[in-house]
Amino acid sequence: MNTTLLIIVFVALMLLLALLPWMHRAWTERRGSALSQRMPFEDGKEQAPESIEGPKPSDDSVAVATQDQCSNSESHSLRTKISKARGLLSSRLRDIRRGPVGPQVWDQIEELLILADVGVQTTFDTVGRLRQTVEEKEPSEGATLLDLLKKQMIGDLSRDRELKRLASEGRVPVWLFVGVNGVGKTTSIGKVARRFNDDGLRVLLAAGDTFRAAATEQLEQWAETSGSELVRGSEGADPSSVIFDAAEAALARKVDVVLADTAGRLHNKVNLMEELAKVRRVADREPGEVLEVLLVIDATTGQNGLNQAREFSEAVDVTGVVLTKLDGSAKGGIVFAIEQELGLPVKLVGLGEGDRDLVDFDPEQFVEALFGDD
Amino acid sequence: MFESLTDRFDGILGRLKGKGRLTEDDVAEAMREIRLALLEADVHFNVVDRFIERTRERCFGADVADSLTPGQQVVKVVNEELTTILGGESFQVAYSSKPPTVVLMAGLQGSGKTTSSAKLARWFKSQGRNPLLVGADLQRPAAVDQLKTLAQRLDIPVFSAPESAVESARGGLIEAQQTGRDVLIVDTAGRLTVDNALMDEIAEISDAVDPDHTFLIVDAMTGQDAVNTAEAFHATLELDAIILTKLDGDARGGAALSVKEVVGRPIAFASTGERLEDFDQFHPDRMAERILGMGDVLTLIEKAEEVFEQEAAEAATQRLLEGTFTLDDFVEQLRQVRQMGDLSSIVSMMPGAPKEMKDADVDEREIDRVEAIVLSMTPEERIDPEIVDGSRRARIARGSGTTPTQVSNLLKQFKEMRKAMKGIAGLGSKSKGRKSKAKKGKKGKKNSNKGGNSRVQPKEAPKMPKIDIEGLDLTLPGR
Repeated sequence: MNTTLLIIVFVALMLLLALLPWMHRAWTERRGSALSQRMPFEDGKEQAPESIEGPKPSDDSVAVATQDQCSNSESHSLRTKISKARGLLSSRLRDIRRGPVGPQVWDQIEELLILADVGVQTTFDTVGRLRQTVEEKEPSEGATLLDLLKKQMIGDLSRDRELKRLASEGRVPVWLFVGVNGVGKTTSIGKVARRFNDDGLRVLLAAGDTFRAAATEQLEQWAETSGSELVRGSEGADPSSVIFDAAEAALARKVDVVLADTAGRLHNKVNLMEELAKVRRVADREPGEVLEVLLVIDATTGQNGLNQAREFSEAVDVTGVVLTKLDGSAKGGIVFAIEQELGLPVKLVGLGEGDRDLVDFDPEQFVEALFGDD
Repeated sequence: MFESLTDRFDGILGRLKGKGRLTEDDVAEAMREIRLALLEADVHFNVVDRFIERTRERCFGADVADSLTPGQQVVKVVNEELTTILGGESFQVAYSSKPPTVVLMAGLQGSGKTTSSAKLARWFKSQGRNPLLVGADLQRPAAVDQLKTLAQRLDIPVFSAPESAVESARGGLIEAQQTGRDVLIVDTAGRLTVDNALMDEIAEISDAVDPDHTFLIVDAMTGQDAVNTAEAFHATLELDAIILTKLDGDARGGAALSVKEVVGRPIAFASTGERLEDFDQFHPDRMAERILGMGDVLTLIEKAEEVFEQEAAEAATQRLLEGTFTLDDFVEQLRQVRQMGDLSSIVSMMPGAPKEMKDADVDEREIDRVEAIVLSMTPEERIDPEIVDGSRRARIARGSGTTPTQVSNLLKQFKEMRKAMKGIAGLGSKSKGRKSKAKKGKKGKKNSNKGGNSRVQPKEAPKMPKIDIEGLDLTLPGR
């Protein structure tokens, strides 16, 4: 390697070294000050949305609509679809079910949970509690043990999963869909639109993903198939303004609900998460009222799903999770950690490519499908 | 990328390194922790167990090299096993003797096939090839539009036949032959491995174009299922290599390790950002070293080579060492550093960079502000920042949309840096122009630290990560 190159790298490194502390401090300062006051250089443009943002409507003024309970056939399909793909787990389940309750069974259960992406910590915690129960009840059969496990895991998933759809007087309900790249935000919006249309509600889709090439075209096709209206911006347009325009249009056209798409972003990109926080603030300005912020998570996601949920919650106050692609061989076990550690309820589940393959999340069906009988 | 895994390994192996003798318990404890670290990083359960088994055996079985303490020996074994698991040698793209060279892209929905297709096309173009893209994803609404938009930015043509995916691929092959395109990249629809109809379709596409390379696109955030997916695709298509996407997230990348181990195919490329140029060949040995916290100097140098204008950089370095480095030089160098990519990804390649620095949230806009500040200065001020007084500072702050405090902070940092550099140059000048210079510089820094007269960071920044200059080893690995 020649000398000049080494020097170049050296200079680059030195520059970075010299620069990083400064940038880091500037950033921490900015973050700290954002809580109390805004930095002077951020005034101007940012001021407007901030000042308009008034107090949030009090809870009692928000009427809460419960989503229609899904029909039996839908819950059935949740179970059958996951079960069908369970494949690799089933032989392990059989071993546990037929075997005696000995010391090896705990390793087997741990393995089972880890393979379902439940995660190391949650697995240890789950197995630990199960062992306590077992000491009291002393089951002798693997099948009984599995029943206890299922019962405990269903208990861990007891949470309010209502989807709010009715906004305060004169406001338009907005559902915001957020998530990392490629999890299925746009597709989920299309399916939710379809559900609303089936219920006879008028839906408007806001093409807030102005970054990815052809994202708007994708949403446009969903608007067509689901019979919804669409408000779009040009590529590279400010997503906040597109969604704000959508809310205004929805009010004028007497639409029942706005479903807002956003560009996929990795949760560790500070700038993009700030942008998303702004999108949420602006979407919540009159006439819009953000009732749901749904974090879309791909069921194939591993332990990173927990980081995603944590960061997105911090930035935009997520109200629920949409778990997509559960019809594949992935188990989506990460939702246990998300529900337990962050208290975020899974509200909807995506089960396939059809426009009606989106159902309400049902913990019993979910756990049963994961660990139940074949 | 892989950072948290790096941190864990650092801690676990750090304790072993220092020990002169290792008991069986020491090793067992380390292996237990490594096992947990790997499981938490989403490495597949079976892969973890095999890895631990092999490593444990080698730790006890291998002859201990004279030069290494048992602790170092364990680190060496873990490093070698990690390199093996990541794929050993780098993947070499072979070109077909009968063009076009056909590349088939396969993967689950949302793994990033379309974006990767465009990025791969850009990469082939940068290698002097003439790629043609085929949009054979007719499932997802507007997928072909997405490919076309991306391709347009790269000035690369796209072929697609709306009637069927197989026809698109077949037509694309003919089109490439007729128009003299020497690389054909076929983007396909995302599919679940349990969906037999779609798996049959991609097999049919594969038969139609007879690909030279079949790449499986894997999302770095994938969990345990990555293995099932890879196995199923491998059974249908016979994969040649993996393309790993979304490595710029904070996933620990266990999927990468598992997939490689299970299908026995290397990771050929990795995608590390949203821009089309954030995509490069994957070097397993370098990645293993990075996981073990040894940095990745080779990649850093390659990136620098791509970006820096050699003469200008040399001149700037000269001035830097003489202490006549100006703010103009500073901004110029800064711009070039930024062209190398995301700052945090550059830092993660620096050997011995302290953890705090790697974790620091680097807001790229802060660099814009640095640039804005310098650009708001007069030429005289840029050459001699000493003349900046209160009123000049206020003017610069107004001009750059920052505050006077920010301006003076920057100037202070700049002066400190210039002074530090001069100190280094003074001590290392004897070996000027030699390879050993960097080392000398390092040594010089060590000495000057003892004197306590040159610090890269100002005193009033106690919260800042301490920069461990001594830990900076600029010698190349393996030399």
